[in-house]
Amino acid sequence: MATGVRAYLDYAATTPMRREAVAAMQPYLSDVFANPSGGHGAARAAKTALEEAREEIAELLGARPDEVVLTAGGTEADNLAVKGGAGAAREAGRPAGVVTTRFEHKGVLAACERLERQGFGVKRVSVDGRGIVDLDALRAALDGDTGLVSVMLVNNEVGTIQPLEEVAALVREHAPRAVLHTDAVQAVPWLDVATAAAPADLVAVSAHKFGGPKGVGALVVRDGVGVTPLIEGGGQEWGLRSGTSNVAGALAMAAALRATAAERAEVGASVAALRDRLVAGLAAAVPDCFFNGDPARKIAGNCHVGFPGVEAEALLVALDREGVCAAAGSSCSSGATEPSHVLDAMGVARADALASIRLSLGAASSAADVETALAVIPDAVERLRPVGAARR
Amino acid sequence: MSAGPVLVAMSGGVDSSVAAALLVEAGHDVTGVTLKLWGGESDSGCCSLGDVEDARRVAAQLDVPHYVFNFADDFEASVVSPYTDDYASGRTPNPCVECNRSMKFGRLLERADALGFEAIATGHHARRRDTGGNYRLLRGADLAKDQSYVLYMLGQRELARTRLPVGELTKAEVRAHAARLGLRTASKPESMDVCFISRSEGRERFLASRVPARPGALVDTSGRAVGRHDGVAAFTVGQRRGLGVATGERRYVLDVDAATATVTIGSRRDLLREDVRVERLSFVAGVAPPTGQAVLVQSRAHGTPVPGMLDGSVVRFAEPRPRVAPGQVVALYDGDTLLGGGIAAP
Repeated sequence: MATGVRAYLDYAATTPMRREAVAAMQPYLSDVFANPSGGHGAARAAKTALEEAREEIAELLGARPDEVVLTAGGTEADNLAVKGGAGAAREAGRPAGVVTTRFEHKGVLAACERLERQGFGVKRVSVDGRGIVDLDALRAALDGDTGLVSVMLVNNEVGTIQPLEEVAALVREHAPRAVLHTDAVQAVPWLDVATAAAPADLVAVSAHKFGGPKGVGALVVRDGVGVTPLIEGGGQEWGLRSGTSNVAGALAMAAALRATAAERAEVGASVAALRDRLVAGLAAAVPDCFFNGDPARKIAGNCHVGFPGVEAEALLVALDREGVCAAAGSSCSSGATEPSHVLDAMGVARADALASIRLSLGAASSAADVETALAVIPDAVERLRPVGAARR
Repeated sequence: MSAGPVLVAMSGGVDSSVAAALLVEAGHDVTGVTLKLWGGESDSGCCSLGDVEDARRVAAQLDVPHYVFNFADDFEASVVSPYTDDYASGRTPNPCVECNRSMKFGRLLERADALGFEAIATGHHARRRDTGGNYRLLRGADLAKDQSYVLYMLGQRELARTRLPVGELTKAEVRAHAARLGLRTASKPESMDVCFISRSEGRERFLASRVPARPGALVDTSGRAVGRHDGVAAFTVGQRRGLGVATGERRYVLDVDAATATVTIGSRRDLLREDVRVERLSFVAGVAPPTGQAVLVQSRAHGTPVPGMLDGSVVRFAEPRPRVAPGQVVALYDGDTLLGGGIAAP
């Protein structure tokens, strides 16, 4: 950990690489270095490793190897799914309207905005106050013009798990020709994506959210689903993602995925216990705090908490000064905290949204992290309360 | 000076970079912060990605933490809206003054207090003096770069909790420090523009996008129409250029009446006034100088101070002066010491 860090509570932002992943990629950084697209012996060794990694990733994601498109991360996978899915529908002369939710990751929302500027119809359906997509609104948005539906599996801010089965049933009924994409980037550590994302035609994942390296991800493209590429060139990844393959990255992602899947049940239970201790401790120490996202339908690692009258931006600085790493809203490239579009979509009042922070736990979280957080956060909240602030 | 924790407002420019560096050298527990004030497309201001990155890199070089505070909502309400409203009502606002008042020495100072910082620091060129808990503000050591004028609103409360380390230096010394420390901002050009208006857009287009321009008449002192204009926002009291009226004598804007979209022009003699009424008066010492005390009056950012005196809310000039554009700061000095000031009333 970096100097001064006493409790890392930002696993939803990124995770440390697992030892298995570091070990798996090491030989492919220098020893087995050849371009797997080549025709010689060195290339064949790299190609074999790449395809073995792909097979493993495919199996763990519930896909066939030829349905796995390796990308340079989750945002690229989301962009490929949304732009590529809608683009393929348009090229084929099929309906190409897009339906998504208001609280997707920016990798989906920004791609939708781009499509809108290019003349695609885009509908964004609302989300309820507990952070679950409004299925009635979704039903109303689906029609014969819908070509692509994008609903995330787990929300990145409030951690809520979306009812993908029900979403898929609505799509089959009301927009049978539409392709269903799910951003499963936040799901992998907590859910068996092979099952949970089975109803989707396109599934995006990102290695660094589960102990793999940054800059590596995948999009599952089920057999027969049309996607046009964003990046063209040598035709790697079945023409859907050209560019020299990241062999080491693929190996590391496969190893991280394997280790994550093997420990998922155990880690899920222990992290849920830690998270529950954190929630209970905060609620006891700061009686007027409130929690965002349905507690019964969220992943084990998420605690999204608000402290009335306290500016989240200031609280994060106070916590950082005591070595506690947390997050709020979504970080833009400047590092400024932007008001959360997720909480806005959920109908959380702006003042409450600006008073909320995300504490996210992961496989490496410990009881000491939680105790440190509980020793630091209530005091910081107390110091930052405006004098005479009304308690609820 | 005790070496307590200081929050340094780092714009990504050389002055605030050196301010942070000097405080680090003096042994302070320094934290850098860049204010994100504007969400627009500005390329010239302190909020562009490049400037935030410069500030972040300088902080990293100094091995101090760096944060970005998003004050965009407040900035819009406290600086940008009043700016456009002022122009629309015929005034000539100084948005940097309002930003200092409400952002740097308002919201930032409040947040620094809440976070337990002893003080904030900025890269302003002005000198703070502490004489046993009584604070004074002097013009910057580099008179050509002096910024005490845009800090007229600082009082004892703010000065007690503010550090202005580069005010003791000339600009050349600041750049020399930056070069000595190898700071990446050492030779960065100065920003001279309003930070929320991009160079490519320009003031008039920015204003037109927010307040519909209303064409009107240019009239002379007798009320006779002598020309037309496209909107009062293009005019400032005292302005001589761009009037679009060809006459034998030099003409100046005497008055801007936004209600009727009328701009009155006349000779330099017509522009002269014996006094100016000021609003939002504020004094460094907390109290006004005694009526009749001779003071120096400065009514433009780099204007020459002229003798006068304060009488209630009226500043009287020793000799008639061209009318001060409403909305401009009228700062009062005793020698190089800032006494306070206010905003010129219409």
